[in-house]
Amino acid sequence: MSDLKKVSANPHIRSKITTSTIMLAVVIALLPTTIYGIINFGMKAAVLVVVTVAATVLTELIFELAMKKRVTIGDFSAVVTGLLLALNLPASAPWWIGVIGGVFAILVVKMLFGGLGQNFMNPALGARCFLLISFTSIMTNFESDAYTGATPLAALKIGENVNVYNMVIGRVNGTIGETSMIAILVGACILLLLGIIDLRVPGTYIVSFVIFLGLFGGQGFDWNFISAHLAGGGLMLGAFFMATDYVTRPITVKGQYIYGVLLGLLTCIFRVFGASAEGVSYAIIIGNLLVPLIEKMTHPTAFGKGGAKK
Amino acid sequence: MNKAGERLINGLLKENPTFVLMLGMCPTLAVTTSAMNGLGMGLTTMVVLALSNMMISLLRNIIPEKVRIPAFIVVIASFVTMAELLLEGFIPALYDALGIYIPLIVVNCIILGRAEAYASKNSIIPSLFDGIGMGLGFSLALTCIGAIRELLGVGEIFGVRIMPGSYVPFSIFVLAPGAFFVLAALTAIQNYAKIRGEKKGKDMSKIQSGCSEDCLSCGDGGCNHKFYDDQAGKEEA
Repeated sequence: MSDLKKVSANPHIRSKITTSTIMLAVVIALLPTTIYGIINFGMKAAVLVVVTVAATVLTELIFELAMKKRVTIGDFSAVVTGLLLALNLPASAPWWIGVIGGVFAILVVKMLFGGLGQNFMNPALGARCFLLISFTSIMTNFESDAYTGATPLAALKIGENVNVYNMVIGRVNGTIGETSMIAILVGACILLLLGIIDLRVPGTYIVSFVIFLGLFGGQGFDWNFISAHLAGGGLMLGAFFMATDYVTRPITVKGQYIYGVLLGLLTCIFRVFGASAEGVSYAIIIGNLLVPLIEKMTHPTAFGKGGAKK
Repeated sequence: MNKAGERLINGLLKENPTFVLMLGMCPTLAVTTSAMNGLGMGLTTMVVLALSNMMISLLRNIIPEKVRIPAFIVVIASFVTMAELLLEGFIPALYDALGIYIPLIVVNCIILGRAEAYASKNSIIPSLFDGIGMGLGFSLALTCIGAIRELLGVGEIFGVRIMPGSYVPFSIFVLAPGAFFVLAALTAIQNYAKIRGEKKGKDMSKIQSGCSEDCLSCGDGGCNHKFYDDQAGKEEA
């Protein structure tokens, strides 16, 4: 009885991974897309990215100082929100769009609900939809120095032919971060290899989107049509970087599959039957709103409870 | 007359139907796309509320307890029909702007609530002023919400350009989501003021409502009494 065991309260096993390391990894994974966007659209895009990120970080800092709360800008979650929001803006948008979007994302969608972990909706997407409804003409104006004319999805919607090769590379019009499928997939691979995200949500999202598009898209399983839809718009960015947000996706494994299928179905409905060409952001925020229900539905039975009734 | 003044202040501030009691949310959210619409809706409701309060107070000893709700509705609906016809005849622009929400004043819970909680238990003059006070509080709230939505969503207040020409309006504020944003923000400001008032030692939690017993915190007064009486009656029967 002489050697006393060390007694301590749980948790006993600690991981080195913290919120800041996860968020920093997401920022790094977003860098290829951001850099490609700046190369593609020029300095105006760079200014927009910087302004939006500054707006989100400063909003969080000012709110927490004013409310005398612990300052949490060191966890980089505001940087991720700002970066994702900027990547969802058209390069032609004026700088104050980034500021309004950044303030809305952090103040209304995140901080008013209690900060990181409490927000019921992805802040970046909430802000994008707020901007899209408020300033429709600015948010759908993709005329920039680099490109004129419609985005590939809009062209596809009115039945024009699109060059899928250019869409995969990213030499097309669109928002700053959505154009290059390759750059997004490089970032997604970084996150997958680091174990930050897994393929459950993005995989079911993309697969179910392909299936639903084949069924309802009106073109059957035409490979050119489907790959154009996969490479075009915000599908890849949304599936890997926004649908996988820890806070706003279901926590149960079964729930994540349901969530992915739901997103695929909604995106397909919005793209095929909706008035506008794109529907990823609306699909994801509607999915976010249904997450509490999905979690309730897929709540696992506690050990020792349930089982066969005698 | 002191009682009348107290009723007016009560409706405007202490028991503001929109920001404190959270009643009548449907017209509050739906018609406040501009300050003018908000004011028009508020004043129409005020007229109906004052007149129906007065009429119900007059009839309070005649209306049998068990059919009081249908009786109130008949009285209210008559005044709403009058208001609707008058609006259609004299202010057709406002009539068109408010649309279906004018007949829906009948089911506005502020009006039925005041009839039930105040007018059916009090004499005619205080009931009239209770109606006017509540109506003014409702008008004030709707005009505030409408003005803010119009200012942010169009850049004007009462149709007068306020914002500079370079202002790009947030069109979301004249759409449905904007109503929720503005209502939430104004309610939050009102709550903040109330909490700060409490911290300063002023006890603002004891809000006196119309029915001499406080409906918000009364244990077995006013409205609950009625409920228990009804239950007891049923059990006996």
